[in-house]
Amino acid sequence: MSSKIARIDLVSSHPEVYEPCDDSFALVDALLSDRTNLLDFHPRLCMEVGCGSGYVITSLALMLGQETTGVHYIATDINPHALQVTSETLKAHGVHAELIQADIASGLEKRMAGLVDVIVVNPPYVPTPEDEVGQEGIASTWAGGENGRRVIDRILPVADRLLSHKGWLYMLFLTSNNPSEICLQMKDKGFSARIIVQRATEEENLLVIKFWRDSPVQADTNGMVTTTKTEPFMAMGSLGSLFSRLSFWRSDNSSC
Amino acid sequence: MRLLIHNMLSSNIKGVINGFPLRIEVDKVEEKQVDFDAAFLRKMFHKIEWKALLDAALTLGYAELPEEAPDSSVLESDEFLQKFHHALLELDLEEGALVCPETGRKFPVTKGIPNMLLHEDEV
Ligand SMILES: C[S@@+](CC[C@H](N)C(=O)[O-])C[C@H]1O[C@@H](n2cnc3c(N)ncnc32)[C@H](O)[C@@H]1O
Repeated sequence: MSSKIARIDLVSSHPEVYEPCDDSFALVDALLSDRTNLLDFHPRLCMEVGCGSGYVITSLALMLGQETTGVHYIATDINPHALQVTSETLKAHGVHAELIQADIASGLEKRMAGLVDVIVVNPPYVPTPEDEVGQEGIASTWAGGENGRRVIDRILPVADRLLSHKGWLYMLFLTSNNPSEICLQMKDKGFSARIIVQRATEEENLLVIKFWRDSPVQADTNGMVTTTKTEPFMAMGSLGSLFSRLSFWRSDNSSC
Repeated sequence: MRLLIHNMLSSNIKGVINGFPLRIEVDKVEEKQVDFDAAFLRKMFHKIEWKALLDAALTLGYAELPEEAPDSSVLESDEFLQKFHHALLELDLEEGALVCPETGRKFPVTKGIPNMLLHEDEV
């Protein structure tokens, strides 16, 4: 199978749709670097939240193959132009994804809970004044409010809900989003985390983190959540201790 | 929009208790050929609300599905899987609307893309 990704010259565009940029490339590189694991994983349903131009979901579909390999794709965006552009980009590459205009995954959360094997997200992550979040126009594609976390913090619980018991989440962050805190929050939900791509551009320090469910989380009759198999997560105080457990974290780069 | 997605969507308007299944209003249906994948169908079978799929397929003009919710023994039948495949993945609502069963609110479907965004007073 080919390991092609989307061709930039075949990616459609619109003035109000985010064009593939360093962050999009970092996310696709992360997926490429994890492609062998993804193929072994045999996901059935893969989903992108905030698909923009469609560059990422198209690349994922090209990497993992379509129906012949039994993988189905779903992409959402809040911006109708983005879905139109994504549809053109998919078509230009001969791949298919089901497209839904939604706020994150609105309308899908009930019935699709626990069904999605892979979620990929390049969220609006740029720290901005709060009132820039979710406005009309191109700013809403990147405006993330305080610490860039406004939309990110809404996506994480949705991802937790939608992901299957063995599901994986690939998400792009800036170091100013405080990803180590995010990793700790996800740890509480039963996810392990690993940085799979880290890249400093002129303006920003980008990270792609992969989250996966550690082990089955079961709610016992008291409503207490118990994890099987894992040791209790170590002292939460030190970020260093978190990142030293992430195998790809390099000790010479602990700015996070 | 494939009926697989229809089977996964519900109305999440504030105050709505059971927003599933969304009734379909059809302006335009297309049939698209999709490669057959029995493993996917067997996996999805258990997640599908049969009555919702049956009614949706009927609305889109396909009447070959068994009326009674079948038990999983049908998953051995190639004939059944082919029909299930066609209903779930090959019938495409291009233009129309999805209607909330409780409030009658319409979620438009344009160029195959349902718009599930809520208005401010519905959140
Ligand atoms: C940084 S862009 C990434 C676009 C594309 N995935 C890429 O990597 O090039 C973020 C995208 O998220 C979308 N978005 C913002 N808020 C959203 C929300 N609440 N629900 C769904 N999509 C949203 C934006 O419209 C935009 O397309």
